[in-house]
Amino acid sequence: MDNLIGLIPLSPLLGFLIIGLFNRYLSKGLVSVIACASVLISFILSILVFLQLEEGQHALTLTAFDWITTGKLSVSFSFLVDPLSGLMMLIITGVGFLIHLYSTGYMHEDAGFNRFFAYLNLFIFFMLLLVMGANYLLMFVGWEGVGLCSYLLIGFWFKNTEYNNAAKKAFIMNRIGDLGLILGVILIFVHFGSVAYADVFATAGSFTTGSEIITWITVLLFVGAVGKSAQIPLYTWLPDAMAGPTPVSALIHAATMVTAGIYMIARNNVLYSLSPLALDIVTIIGLATALFAATIAITQNDIKKVLAYSTVSQLGLMFVALGLGAYTTGIFHMMTHAFFKALLFLGAGSVIHGMSGEQDIRKMGGLRKYLPVTFATFLIGTLAISGIPPFAGFFSKDEILANAFAHNPFVYGIALVASLLTAFYMFRLFFLTFSGDTRASHEVQHHIHESPKSMTIPLIVLGILSIIGGFVGIPEVLGGHHALNNFLAPVFEKSTAIAQPHHLEHATELMLMGLVIGLTLVMIVVAYVMYVRGKQVPANDESIDGIQKLVYNKYYIDELYAALITKPLNALSKAMDAVIERLFIDGIVNGAGRIVTWGGKTIRIVQTGNTGFYIFTMVISIIIILVVKSLI
Amino acid sequence: MLTAVLIFWPFVAALIVLALNSNQAKGWALTASLIELVLSIYVAFQFQPTAEAQFEINTPWIASLGINFHVAIDGISLLLVLLTTVLTPFIVLSSFNHNYEKANSFYSLILFMEMALVGVFVALDGFLFYIFWEMALIPIYFICLRWGGINRGAVTLKFFIYTLAGSLVMLLGFIYLYYQTPGSHSFDIKALYAAGQSLSEFDQRIIFWAIFIAFAVKMPVFPFHTWQPDTYNTAPTQGTMLLSGIMLKMGIYGVIRWLIPVVPGGVAIYGNVALIISVIGIVYASCLAIVQKDLKRLIAYSSIAHVGLIAAGLFTMNKLGMQGAIIQMVSHGFIIVGLFYVIDIIISRTATQEISNLGGIRNIAPVFTTVFVIIMLGNVSLPLTSGFVGEFLLINSVFQYNYIIGAVAGLTMILGAVYMLRSFQQTMLGETNSNTRGFIDLGTTEKLVLFPIVAIIIFIGVYPAPLLKISEAAVDNLYTIISSYQALKGQ
Repeated sequence: MDNLIGLIPLSPLLGFLIIGLFNRYLSKGLVSVIACASVLISFILSILVFLQLEEGQHALTLTAFDWITTGKLSVSFSFLVDPLSGLMMLIITGVGFLIHLYSTGYMHEDAGFNRFFAYLNLFIFFMLLLVMGANYLLMFVGWEGVGLCSYLLIGFWFKNTEYNNAAKKAFIMNRIGDLGLILGVILIFVHFGSVAYADVFATAGSFTTGSEIITWITVLLFVGAVGKSAQIPLYTWLPDAMAGPTPVSALIHAATMVTAGIYMIARNNVLYSLSPLALDIVTIIGLATALFAATIAITQNDIKKVLAYSTVSQLGLMFVALGLGAYTTGIFHMMTHAFFKALLFLGAGSVIHGMSGEQDIRKMGGLRKYLPVTFATFLIGTLAISGIPPFAGFFSKDEILANAFAHNPFVYGIALVASLLTAFYMFRLFFLTFSGDTRASHEVQHHIHESPKSMTIPLIVLGILSIIGGFVGIPEVLGGHHALNNFLAPVFEKSTAIAQPHHLEHATELMLMGLVIGLTLVMIVVAYVMYVRGKQVPANDESIDGIQKLVYNKYYIDELYAALITKPLNALSKAMDAVIERLFIDGIVNGAGRIVTWGGKTIRIVQTGNTGFYIFTMVISIIIILVVKSLI
Repeated sequence: MLTAVLIFWPFVAALIVLALNSNQAKGWALTASLIELVLSIYVAFQFQPTAEAQFEINTPWIASLGINFHVAIDGISLLLVLLTTVLTPFIVLSSFNHNYEKANSFYSLILFMEMALVGVFVALDGFLFYIFWEMALIPIYFICLRWGGINRGAVTLKFFIYTLAGSLVMLLGFIYLYYQTPGSHSFDIKALYAAGQSLSEFDQRIIFWAIFIAFAVKMPVFPFHTWQPDTYNTAPTQGTMLLSGIMLKMGIYGVIRWLIPVVPGGVAIYGNVALIISVIGIVYASCLAIVQKDLKRLIAYSSIAHVGLIAAGLFTMNKLGMQGAIIQMVSHGFIIVGLFYVIDIIISRTATQEISNLGGIRNIAPVFTTVFVIIMLGNVSLPLTSGFVGEFLLINSVFQYNYIIGAVAGLTMILGAVYMLRSFQQTMLGETNSNTRGFIDLGTTEKLVLFPIVAIIIFIGVYPAPLLKISEAAVDNLYTIISSYQALKGQ
C-alpha cells in the first residue's frame, strides 16, 4: 500500500505529459478521457488509502528519491499520507474529477480545449504534491506549482489584456506570500536542523509555549497562507482571478488551492499551538477578512465576483477557527465549503453557459424555468452556505461560531455578522438570478438552455454532498459523535495536549444554534422582500454614491495599492536608472577608467625590473591581438 | 593528460577552423565542440567524487620564475568545465541561422574562447590562471568588436578597459603574494594559499580588494556592472551567450578558488561589505530590470540580480551558500543562454527588441511559447526548475547570516516575477501586431538548441542530487582549508 500512494500524484502528471506533449495530435474526446481517467484513478486510489486510514492504519509513507541533499540539509522527495492529507486527497481528486467531467461540457467549444485539460491535470498533480509532501520543501513545490497553474488558467484566454493582468497579479501577490513561507521554512531548518514534518513535530515539544522563534516561524508561514488563501492584505488577486474559465474558479479558486493555507496551518498545528500570539494574529486577520469581504459581496453584481468575495469571506471564517485552536473545525468547514462552493461556481458556470456568456445578475432573473437542474442545485448550495440545517454548511459554520462564543464574545459577534451577511448576499444573488421575470435581452432569452449531462451530473453529485456532507460532523448535542473529529484526532493529538479546546454547556450550544438559525432566516426573508416582493434591481454603476459607491468599488483597495506600491516602485526604479546608473556610476567609471589605464602604464614603466614576466605576457597578448586582428 | 587534451583540443580545433573556408567552418566548429563535449563526459565518468583534485598535470613551465603548468580537476572545476563544454555546442548551433562574415574567424574565436575558459577552470597555478583569464578576454573582445551591433566600438572599448583594469589589479595582488612565497618563489596554488594566509590581517585586506575587484567586474556585481548591459546588448548573440552563460562564472569561480582560501582573514573582515553590496545589487538590478524597454537589457539586469545573490551566498562562508552558488552557476548558464536565444529568435523574426513593439506571439507560435515559458520559470526559480535549487540554498545561507539581509535578498523572488511576467506578457500575449504577425514557430535547428536546454533546466530542478554530490567533497575540502586557518588564528 505504501508504494501505491506514489501513483496518486503520478497519474495526473502522466495525464498532463501525454496531453501536453501530444496536444496537437489528440482529439477532444481522447483528451477528455485521458484527463478524467487520470484523476479518477487517483480518486479511486485515494479512497482505498482512506479506507485503510479509517481502519486505524498508521500513516503511510513513501520516499521516492533524494532531492536536495548537501551538508546538513537533507530533503527527499517523500510522501506522507495521514488522516489530514488523506482527507485532502479525497477532496482534491473527488471534486477535481467532477470538475474535470464538467469541463468536458463547459469547454467543449473552446479552441484551447486540450491545453485547458493539460493545465488542469498539472494542477491536480501539484495540489496532491502540496498535501502529500512529507516535508516543508515538497509542500513548497506544490505550493508554487499550483500558483503556476493558477497563473496559466486565469490567463487562459491570453488575448485579453485584462485577463493577463489578473493572472500576473495573482502570481506576484502569491509570490509575496511565498517569500514569507520560504523564510519560515528556512527558519525551521535553522532551528530544527530538518525540514521533514516528522522531525520537526517530534522535537517541537522542546520549545516552550510563547517561544519567540516559534512565533516567528508560524507568523512567516502564515504570510504564505495569507497570499495563497487570499486574506487581508493580499486578497485582491482572488476576485480578479475570476477572469479564468468558471471550472477553474470552482476547482482552484474555491475548493482546493485557496484552501492550501488552511491545510498548512492545520498541518502545523503543533507549532501554532505553541504560539498564542501567532494564533491571535490568525484569528484577527481571518475575522477582519471575513467581515470585510462579506460587505463587498453584498454590493457586487457579477455572479462570479459575488462568489469570489464569498470565498474570501468563508476562508476568513476558516482561519478564525484555526486561530481559536479548533483545527478540526477549520478543516471541517474547508471540506463542506469545497462541496457547496464548487457547486455554486459550477452552477454559476451553467448559468453563464446558458446565458451566452452573460455574468451580470442585473441582466438575469427568472432563470428557474429555463434551468431547472441548475436552479435546484444552486438552491441547495445557497442553503448550505447560508447555514440552514441540515445542509452541510450548517454544521461546520455552527461549530466555528460555537468555538468563537466559547473563546471571546467579540470574535463571536463579528463572525456572526459575517455569517449573516453571507445568507443575505447569497440569497440576493439567488433571487436576482433565478426568480421573478427575466431581464435578459430577447436574443439571449431565445438561446437560454439547460446545460448538457456532463455538466448537470457533477452539479447533482455536489448537490448531494452539500446536503449530506455535514453529517460527518454532527455535534454531541444533536446526538452525533463527530466522526470527522475522531478520524482527524491523531493529527491534532499533540496540539490538543498543549491547549485544551473550549467546551460549551449543551443548553448554551442549543440556544446559540437557535439564535443563528433564526437570524439567518430573517436575513433570507429580508432578501426575499427586497428582491422578490419588491422586485428591486441593483442600480447602474453610475447612479450609486456615498458609502455604497465606496463598497461597490471594493473600498478602492486596488487603487490604494497602486498608489502606495506599484507607482512608487516604478518611479524609484526610473530614478535609479537615470541618476545612479547613468549619472553616478557610469560617470565615475568613465573617469576612473582613464586614470587606471594611465596609472597602469606608469607603473609598468617605473617598475620594469620587478615585473619582467608581466611585460612578457603583455607582449604575448599584444602579438596575439595583432595576429588575430589581421586575420579578421 | 586528459586535462591537457581538454584544454588544447579546442585550441587545435580553433586553428583548423581558421584554416577552413567560411562555408565549412560552421560544421567543423560544431563537430569540434561535440568532440570536446564527449571528452568532458568521459572525464566526468572517470571522476571520483572525492576531495582530491584528479587528472593532475604539474610540469615546470617557466622554471626560473617558479611557474608551473599545473592543472587538475576537482568537483567544482568539473561542473564548470561541463557547463562550458555542454554550452559551447549549443552556442555554435544557435548561430546556424545566421550568416556571419568571415565565419571561419568567428567560429575559431569561439573555440579559442572555449580553450581559455576550460583553462581558467582547471588551472592551479596563479600565473597560469591569469594567462587563461586574460586569454578569455581576447576572443570575446574581437567577437563583440567585429560582429557586434550599433556603437560597438565605444561599448567594446569600455568593456575591455573595465575588465582589463580589474585584472591588472588582480595581477598585482598575485605578484605581491608571489613575493611572499618562500625560497625562490612559486605561483603554485598551495604556495599562494600559504603566502596569503601568512599575511597580516592588514595586508590581507588589501589583497582581498585587489583580487575581489577583478572578479566583481567580471561577474559583474553592483556597482562594477555598468559595462555589462551595453555589452550584452551590442555583442552578437553568441558573444552574449559566451559572456553571460560561461564567462561571468569565471568571476564567481575566482572568488571560490582564488579569493576565499587565499585571504580568509581578509574575507572575514570585508566579506560582509562584499555581501551587502551584492544584496543591494540584487534589489537595484531587479528594479532596473522592471523599467527596461529593451528585452536584451532586461535580461542583462536580471542576470546582475541573480549573480548578486550568488555572490552574497558565497560570502556568507556557509557551505549551503557555496553549494548553492555552484549549482546556481550551472543553472544560470543554461537559463541565460536559453533566454538570450529566445530573444535572438524574436529579434531575427520581428526585427525589434523593444518590448512595447511586440505582442501576441503566443497566438501563432505555441511551441516557441512553451519553451519560453519554461525558461522564464527557471529564471524566476520556480520549484522543479534548476533555478530553485540554487536560489533556495543561497537565500537559506544569506538568511542564516542575517535575517534582515536574507529577507532583502529574498525580494528577488518577488521582483523577478514582476519583471519576467511583465515582459513576457507584453512580448508574447495579447493580440498580434504588424511586427509579430508573420512569426514562424521554431525551426529544427532552434529546437535542437532549445529542447535540450529546457530538458536540462527541468532535470536539474527535479534531480539535482548528482550535481550536488560532485561538488560536495571539493567544497568540504575548501572549508577544511578555511577552518584550519581560523583555528590557527584562534590560538
